Amino acid sequence: MSIETIASGSGLTAVIADERRARAAIVASTKEARKRAVARWLLYLILLIGGLGMVFPFVWMIASSLKQAQDIYTLSIIPTSPTLDNYRQVIEDTSYARWFLNSLVIAMISTASVAFFDSLAGYTLAKFRFPGSFLIFVLILSTLMVPTEMLVIPWFMMSIEFGWTDSYWGIMFPGVISAFGVFLMRQFFSGVPNDLIDAARIDGFTEFQIFWKIAIPLVKPALAALCIFNFLGNWNAYIWPLIVVRSDEMRTLPVGIAFFSSESGSAFHLIMAAAALATIPVIVVFLVFQKQIIKGIVLTGIKG
Amino acid sequence: MRLTLERRRWLWAYWFIAIPLLFFLSIRIGPALYAFWVSLHQWDPIALDRPYIGIENYRTLISDGVFWRAMRNTWMYVLLGVPVSLVVSLAIALGLQQLIRFVGFYRVLYFVPYVTSLVAVGWVWRWMYMPNGLFNDVLGAVALGPFAFLGDPGIAIYSIIVTTIWQGLGFQIIIFLAGLESIPAVYQEAAAIDGATSWERFRHITFPLLNPTLVFLVITGVISNLQVFTQIRSMSSAGTGGPLNSTISVVLYVYQEAFRSMPSQMGYASAMTVVLFLVILAITIFQLKVLSRKNNEY
Repeated sequence: MSIETIASGSGLTAVIADERRARAAIVASTKEARKRAVARWLLYLILLIGGLGMVFPFVWMIASSLKQAQDIYTLSIIPTSPTLDNYRQVIEDTSYARWFLNSLVIAMISTASVAFFDSLAGYTLAKFRFPGSFLIFVLILSTLMVPTEMLVIPWFMMSIEFGWTDSYWGIMFPGVISAFGVFLMRQFFSGVPNDLIDAARIDGFTEFQIFWKIAIPLVKPALAALCIFNFLGNWNAYIWPLIVVRSDEMRTLPVGIAFFSSESGSAFHLIMAAAALATIPVIVVFLVFQKQIIKGIVLTGIKG
Repeated sequence: MRLTLERRRWLWAYWFIAIPLLFFLSIRIGPALYAFWVSLHQWDPIALDRPYIGIENYRTLISDGVFWRAMRNTWMYVLLGVPVSLVVSLAIALGLQQLIRFVGFYRVLYFVPYVTSLVAVGWVWRWMYMPNGLFNDVLGAVALGPFAFLGDPGIAIYSIIVTTIWQGLGFQIIIFLAGLESIPAVYQEAAAIDGATSWERFRHITFPLLNPTLVFLVITGVISNLQVFTQIRSMSSAGTGGPLNSTISVVLYVYQEAFRSMPSQMGYASAMTVVLFLVILAITIFQLKVLSRKNNEY
């Protein structure tokens, strides 16, 4: 036997071994792929069950709200004889329309005010150097540390002193400018190039025109996020409206719903209709704007 | 006198900042200082006489069993609610990250509770927790219960914590997903080639790089749980933090003392808010120091 044949022989076995290994690898990898596909399906399934669990309270709320009083304790999700009577009764017996309008007006005016003043303050702190600018910055920053609960008692005293109780202004005044928004906008305005502002100055724009026509359009995504969350926060706000409102017709939606529910005893078919009337408008708006809302959270990290 | 260009710009800046500054001084800083002042008085808004009593309110606080109960409960909301919700939301976010299709749909499912009013969903949960409500019906079918989810002093607080976690989960998931997406995929791939198991990759790559996200969520979670109010008012019996003060939080106690009790104890309630403020301040400073130092190690 020559060295050559041995070599070629061993070469052959090596080739065969390689071939075997490769085949084993292919079998293993298809097995692996199948395993992975199964795992992925399982993941879809588990997350779907979890997700349905998350929305289930809303499903149950709507199911209960469509049931007649005598069926309310039945377990079925689909009511045997569905009725809209509960909704009709809540809308007729309470000032629902008025509460809705109150919440809408307050949330819209506050949000418009926050959008304007927070942008203006954020822009000033980002783009102007002036004596005292650092002090003002720290002053506004420090207000973020103070919990709202510490302020509600002084706010209540102010409202009584100035006659603001039971008015839109009384409900709104603590939230017409937000410290968080000032910081958010300051951060985003810092990204606006100074050259652009200087160029506008040379072109004869006034400082306000630069802010309004040059800077604002450049931070629109952040501003939109701030508006969405400020609106939501105002719409769902509870503790301050609860304190400052006295009369039924000045209540906001959450305050009205809370009063109605605690006065309804165990009439849960009505309470669920009221809860649905409070949550469904928000859910619809959310579904329409969900992409922007989720993007907005990621962009700004706003906690409502 | 002619103004220099710089001076003229200063004037614009003062003009722009004037209203916001006035607002923060009069609506935020002034009232915060006033709360300290009120806390040194026996203060009933109806009474003509509001005597200065020094630190008497704080002294009463120390011997007030309900206040300590509220403090303890508030810490329960924080120490149970925050870690559990962070673990659950991170697990869900890691799962959602693997999905290729229907991502938007899945996100919406998990996120819906976050946008709805806590008052309304609090009542929905209260209805499900009732002795003859959904949960007990289902448990009864497998011969368990009935449980007084909101009526048993030993269980009620956990029932409310579950609702709180459910409501906040969506926000944390979205923030975690954003954090996960910011981690470059090459790190994972390189580690996988080196033979790291998926647990090792999570432990040594994903988790450390997720640290800033985690710090943010811990701080916002702790602060919002320290101020828990709405869900307790909607869900506890009579909305007063019962049964037997087993669910009452500091903020709810503040509300009761200042706006519900007769005569109104605004001085005493203010003293409680001052304590709450100091606690939040200390935690914020502590968290920023400890958690951001850990962050630098990587």
